[in-house]
Amino acid sequence: MIFPDGTEALQDVSFSVDRGEFVTVVGPSGCGKSTLLKIASGLLENTAGHVSVDRERIGYVFQDATLLHWRTILSNVELFAELHGIAKDERRSLAQDAIDMVGLSGFEHHYPKSLSGGMRMRASLARTLTLQPPVFLFDEPFGAVDEITREHLNEETQQLFQREGFAGLFITHSISEAVFMSTRVLVMSARPGRIVAEFDIPFDYPRKPQLRFEAAFAELSGEVSAQLRGAHS
Amino acid sequence: MTTQEAAETGAIESPLVGGADPSTMHAGVYREKSRPRVLAETVLPPLVMGALIAGLWYSVSYGVLDERRRFLLRPPHQVIEVGFLDWDNFSEILSGLWSSTRVAMIGLAIAITIGFALATLMSQAKVVERAVFPFMVTLQAIPILAIVPLISFWFGTGQKSRVVVCVIISLFPIIVNTLFGLQSAERGMHDLFTLHRASRLTRLRKLMFPAAMPAIFAGLRISAGLSVIGAIVGDFFFGLGDVGIGQLLRKYANNLNGEQLLAAVIMSSALGVTVFLIFGWIQTAAIGKWHDTSDSGI
Repeated sequence: MIFPDGTEALQDVSFSVDRGEFVTVVGPSGCGKSTLLKIASGLLENTAGHVSVDRERIGYVFQDATLLHWRTILSNVELFAELHGIAKDERRSLAQDAIDMVGLSGFEHHYPKSLSGGMRMRASLARTLTLQPPVFLFDEPFGAVDEITREHLNEETQQLFQREGFAGLFITHSISEAVFMSTRVLVMSARPGRIVAEFDIPFDYPRKPQLRFEAAFAELSGEVSAQLRGAHS
Repeated sequence: MTTQEAAETGAIESPLVGGADPSTMHAGVYREKSRPRVLAETVLPPLVMGALIAGLWYSVSYGVLDERRRFLLRPPHQVIEVGFLDWDNFSEILSGLWSSTRVAMIGLAIAITIGFALATLMSQAKVVERAVFPFMVTLQAIPILAIVPLISFWFGTGQKSRVVVCVIISLFPIIVNTLFGLQSAERGMHDLFTLHRASRLTRLRKLMFPAAMPAIFAGLRISAGLSVIGAIVGDFFFGLGDVGIGQLLRKYANNLNGEQLLAAVIMSSALGVTVFLIFGWIQTAAIGKWHDTSDSGI
């Protein structure tokens, strides 16, 4: 991927994600992780190579919750179904299910401004879940929430993945987040972005919060970290 | 406010995770101040200021001006007696005010229609914005006095010309604010609509217009005030037909009716304030639930 100003954002990036796989890309800031997702989703056109993604009902969660300020949570969660022309009754029940799934029941009629950052992110997840997307892209969605909220959201995302069985592609710079949720972790280097290492994560689902403190988890995290350091220099 | 007070009155952000309980959402805890104190803090300052202004007014009327020149600034009680309590005089002012209000409302309605249409077009095609915008700025920059002769040339010296002045004066803020508002939706929100293949019209209806509402209302409040000024200025220059407040101001000044002149000025200002308040109220009713007016200043 080369931008018009000549910046080469991605080079020789090649991988695939199947349904039932949760692949996380970790890399330093500015390594082209987000560009990767924009290309996968079709928001950006790739300048070279080949991209094949099922973009019908694609799920894409951004760094910001990007809720529409003028809509209540319920109405925000309904948005995608609305854009896809789903009838009112049906999208209402889809939205309600998704809201229940992310634990926001009771907040349907609140406006985004009265919710905390973590809750807005949940609403954003719920909005995407209404589409039951076969492909789910996450662009550092939990980067702006506090540590404890992030761990909760990681556990919940992992449960959602298990339940829905989508093909997940997750971007982050948190190693623990990556190892905790994924079936596979890719390490990316910066300028131009390349994939320098690949790790299979063998832990069984559902993964318990305590997994984070087990020796195997620490060891694997250490290896990812070492690769990431190598990519950084 | 002391630090302690701030801590006591400041809203507490609820750090919610997992299975959140709606009741905790209203966690903003404010310590209630006693009623008399609130009253004293909010009502007293403007009252004191008003008394000071009245005092200054009296001292000029009686202290600075001698008997022969007192018509230049009549004391407050005479203005009230002659201008407001004499029904013949006051009803004349009211009917003039009503005439000018009608002109202002018609002018504002036309300005809103033209303004929305132009701003929407400009938001849809950059080329329209580039083409139209310089001329809007030029139109805005013309001092209204400079085109008064032209307006009377083309539209006569009656109601029509007054409305034209209104439209010219109040159009610009509507266009600029509406356009700014339509362009204010965040990039990420546009991406959502792109990802889900929303049509141009859907994007406009469900994203750009709602996002523009706060800015549109800011523009409306400015323009509503300007339309009142436009109506009075227009009336001042174009006197054919209905007698508006501008004609009355001119008449009172010519006849040296100091009391009525001041009463008419006060009522004009009251009209402007009323219009501003009405639009503020509409704004709160329309978007107050999701938009904090105090946050962004618009």
